[in-house]
Amino acid sequence: MNAPIALTAARPVTDSVVEVRNLDKIYAGTVQALKDITVDFPRGQLTSLLGPSGCGKTTLLKIIAGLLPASAGEVRVNGKVVSGPGPERAFVFQDFALMPWASVIKNVTFGLEMRGMAKAEREEIARRSIARVGLAGFENRYPHELSGGMRQRVGLARALCVDADVVMMDEPFSAVDEQNRRKFQEELLTLVAQEKKTFIFVTHSIEEAVYVSDRIVLLSPRPGRIAEIIEPDINRDGDTEAIRRHPVYLDTVDAIWYSLKTYLD
Amino acid sequence: MIVFGRRIPMVASLLLWAILWEIIGQLQVTILLPPLSSVVMRLFEIVPTASFMSALGVTAYAFIVGNVIAIAVGVPLGILMGRSVIADRLFLPWVNLFLSAPLTALVPVIMVIFGLGQTTIILTVVLFAIWIIVLDARAGVRSISPSLVEMAHSFGANRLQAFTRIYLWAALPEILAGIRLGVIRAVKGVIIGQLLVSIVGFGALFKLYGSRFLMEHFWTALLVLFALAFILAESLAWLERRVDFYAASRG
Ligand SMILES: Nc1ncnc2c1ncn2[C@@H]1O[C@H](COP(=O)(O)OP(=O)(O)OP(=O)(O)O)[C@@H](O)[C@H]1O
Ligand SMILES: [Mg+2]
Repeated sequence: MNAPIALTAARPVTDSVVEVRNLDKIYAGTVQALKDITVDFPRGQLTSLLGPSGCGKTTLLKIIAGLLPASAGEVRVNGKVVSGPGPERAFVFQDFALMPWASVIKNVTFGLEMRGMAKAEREEIARRSIARVGLAGFENRYPHELSGGMRQRVGLARALCVDADVVMMDEPFSAVDEQNRRKFQEELLTLVAQEKKTFIFVTHSIEEAVYVSDRIVLLSPRPGRIAEIIEPDINRDGDTEAIRRHPVYLDTVDAIWYSLKTYLD
Repeated sequence: MIVFGRRIPMVASLLLWAILWEIIGQLQVTILLPPLSSVVMRLFEIVPTASFMSALGVTAYAFIVGNVIAIAVGVPLGILMGRSVIADRLFLPWVNLFLSAPLTALVPVIMVIFGLGQTTIILTVVLFAIWIIVLDARAGVRSISPSLVEMAHSFGANRLQAFTRIYLWAALPEILAGIRLGVIRAVKGVIIGQLLVSIVGFGALFKLYGSRFLMEHFWTALLVLFALAFILAESLAWLERRVDFYAASRG
């Protein structure tokens, strides 16, 4: 019998934007969702949080986003302790979280409007970011006129145009059909390569995580702890299609599957 | 409406009843029901008169002021109840009680406190309209998707911005439904108030017409009121349909 392929071990992080230290989260005094999480998110890279349903991925992401308080431990972003949401972080929601009464451009400018930016200026920036996600020409449409994939592009444009250092995505493609999902994954790679941003990406798809991530944080089920940190050694410079046939890609998917299997009964 | 495989417009049934009314009126079955044609003739005669116009004006005034108060108090109260458990516990039993209570019985109490005048009528309008407005605004706020609230928070909205940019808009379909129902109840409120006070607006007219057996005048006033109430309800329903598209698209 073949032994599972050894995973590429994580290298020490030299420049991290987000540092999570000894984080605990206990819901309602009883449900321990996260236990002693310590992890770094390197600048300019895409790090995935991967694990079975209910292991606390969303919880961890929301604590980093400042949407949930931690029960113990702390999160630092650019060295500053997080106590709430901040302009250096932007969030992409699983269910898109678009305002159905507002046009695409109004949705995209929301973050800039909250910062008090003048209308002409924020619409200028939003137009660029709408074009960036491939929605040019749809500025005045309403969310209900768009497909699921296009709605998530609006959510992405909104997060990109506030020019945050860290973009957090909670299963952004889970409500999008398979073809669009693949296209999104490829575009995400281009985005990570072009934008000087750090991405934190939650998924429960092993293939998706290995395809898009520079670094994968594997969480174990309740209470969520860090099981492993993996850095797939895949060259993503060339053809984005070729990655899915890359031997390291296939081996890493296998290895993570072996490792996660132990948590399933 | 489909009869014998043909589409018959709703107006047709209205027409049928109008003809029936005319026939019974012409047969002079009862003095209480004059023929529709003479009522309509009377309509053109008395609607332009000063006494009718002033009754209409006084009624419209009490109606509008009462509704404005009911909306201005009811919507924020409902939103507050939808968001705060304490406020909800405090007010919900009362709102439910008044929603189903026979409010007409309370009007004499208002009359004793505020006298026989516009104040009493305005308060009656508020009393009839406000509860359903509160309850629907509350329901609207409670149906907001939590991720929309998180979205606002994470992109830096403060409490006031979250209220004006998210809560109010997200709850708008329910708020409008509440206002439409409230306004319909307010029509009852203003008429019941005027009838009980009976020296103001249509209350005074009805009393006058009734005591002198001026049935054509009486029916004219009723027709005008019914038509106004109907137009009002329909235009509010139209407004409501315009925002319905996003009520359906909410998660
Ligand atoms: N508001 C809450 N109150 C109590 N328990 C909660 C709450 N939110 C989440 N939990 C629990 O905490 C644990 C982690 O939840 P979380 O949503 O972070 O998991 P997840 O990894 O994102 O799961 P999924 O893959 O299904 O999205 C779960 O067991 C969940 O039941
Ligand atoms: Mg989740």
